[in-house]
Amino acid sequence: MLSKRIIACLDVRDGCLAKSIRFENTQNIGDPVARASEYFNQGLDELVLYDITASSDNRGIMLDVVSRVAEQVFIPFSVGGGIRSVKDARDVLLAGAEKVNINTAAVQNPSLISEISEAFGAQCAVLSMDVLQVESSESIPSGYEIVIHGGRTRTGKDALYWAQEGERLGAGELVINSIDTDGVRLGYEICLTRMIAEAVRIPVIASGGAGKPEHLYDALTDGHADGALVASIIHYDDFTVRDLKDYLIQRGLPIRRA
Amino acid sequence: MRADYSFAAIRIGGETISGEFIHVDGGVLSDSDHSFSAFYMIAIVDYQAGNLTSVKRALDHLGIRSRITGVPSEIRSAAKVIFPGVGRAGSAVQTLRARGISDALHEVFRRGTPILGICLGTQIILEASEEDNTECLGLIQGGARRFRLSDPLLKIPHMGWNHVRAVRKHPLLAHVNEETQFYFVHSYYPEPRLQEDIVAVTEYGMRFASAIGRKNLFATQFHPEKSGQAGLEVLRAFSRWEGESC
Repeated sequence: MLSKRIIACLDVRDGCLAKSIRFENTQNIGDPVARASEYFNQGLDELVLYDITASSDNRGIMLDVVSRVAEQVFIPFSVGGGIRSVKDARDVLLAGAEKVNINTAAVQNPSLISEISEAFGAQCAVLSMDVLQVESSESIPSGYEIVIHGGRTRTGKDALYWAQEGERLGAGELVINSIDTDGVRLGYEICLTRMIAEAVRIPVIASGGAGKPEHLYDALTDGHADGALVASIIHYDDFTVRDLKDYLIQRGLPIRRA
Repeated sequence: MRADYSFAAIRIGGETISGEFIHVDGGVLSDSDHSFSAFYMIAIVDYQAGNLTSVKRALDHLGIRSRITGVPSEIRSAAKVIFPGVGRAGSAVQTLRARGISDALHEVFRRGTPILGICLGTQIILEASEEDNTECLGLIQGGARRFRLSDPLLKIPHMGWNHVRAVRKHPLLAHVNEETQFYFVHSYYPEPRLQEDIVAVTEYGMRFASAIGRKNLFATQFHPEKSGQAGLEVLRAFSRWEGESC
């Protein structure tokens, strides 16, 4: 039986580990490579490195971080942020990542999903989406809208439609990040996660809002997620990866003990 | 690079002294020195099938010397061979034949050189694959089949962490217990013809062979290089393995 995955997300800015609350007030909280290695040793299942560097001039720094992480962390990991072409994807894969996460660039150019999927396989193409809860309308029937540019720009795209479109275009996995719950630590957006997980046949990862181990349990059971993305909950020493896993195992979920 | 040959020489037999090892890069050696240095080394077979550097990085981390190579003479003279791969069976086998790597693999298998197959490499050492209807190397009898699962909730590819249960003793899985999990990403699975070639099994809507082996050949459907400590342990055991099956 396949285990539910615990995935740590490290936001990286100019080569440093950063953490934002509702995509604002970014703080520098340390070295991403050391942190990745620490989580690996605690039994983490998977890692996402997200490049939030404002300037594209500093992409080289990110590739260096990716390759240093690949030298120390022997679990699958993906890289997102600033990937706009098959070449950008190839660069991070060659630096040692397994998968790439695309977000804003996929909204602006949906064929990028197919191009990456065809070039490297669907398992490489992760579609990450930032979602804002809105008033349900004719254009946004689900009541969840896709936003881009780290949450600053609304797109008029319905999140449920976009998830299914992403799958059709060849995405191998979806990360559903709720802007409303991100960094607030009051729990994942369960309704949203479940709605999408029930509508697609590719793995769905819940993201945004974990503050307690129970929140992961809810996302992996009620939310029907295949994995749960965590950030603040482990970055500030409230819980270790092992604490989270112990809790979920004790609640009876299939989780890898490492 | 010559400076560490003497150090390499004391490593015959595959004993690894971690922490003291001098890393060498994976560059291509000139004709004049490859036959000598490659003899002590693990050759990671390069046939343009996916990212081989992750296997190399894992071995580097363990202080185990290796080289990525697609040159048949280097594969023949290597102490051990790792045959990884991500991609499609059809084009992979075509490349292996065209470059003479297929013959080299047959030869090292006959000669008793320890070989570790990984993922697509594991499927290709069988006689045939349903993927692209490919005739494969045939080092082990049987074929690679595509998952046909009746449960609509089970997604294909089988991707993520799953249990691996040894059905017979094998030195490369000595550390595996009922809690050990490995990382998988695949849509096809190995199906050896002979029960005795199955080393471990995994459940995913059905039971399939997640590790197979015959004599000096051991091959996993999972990715040891991406399976945390349990996977690193398989690679470490391979570096110490002389090719005996139990």
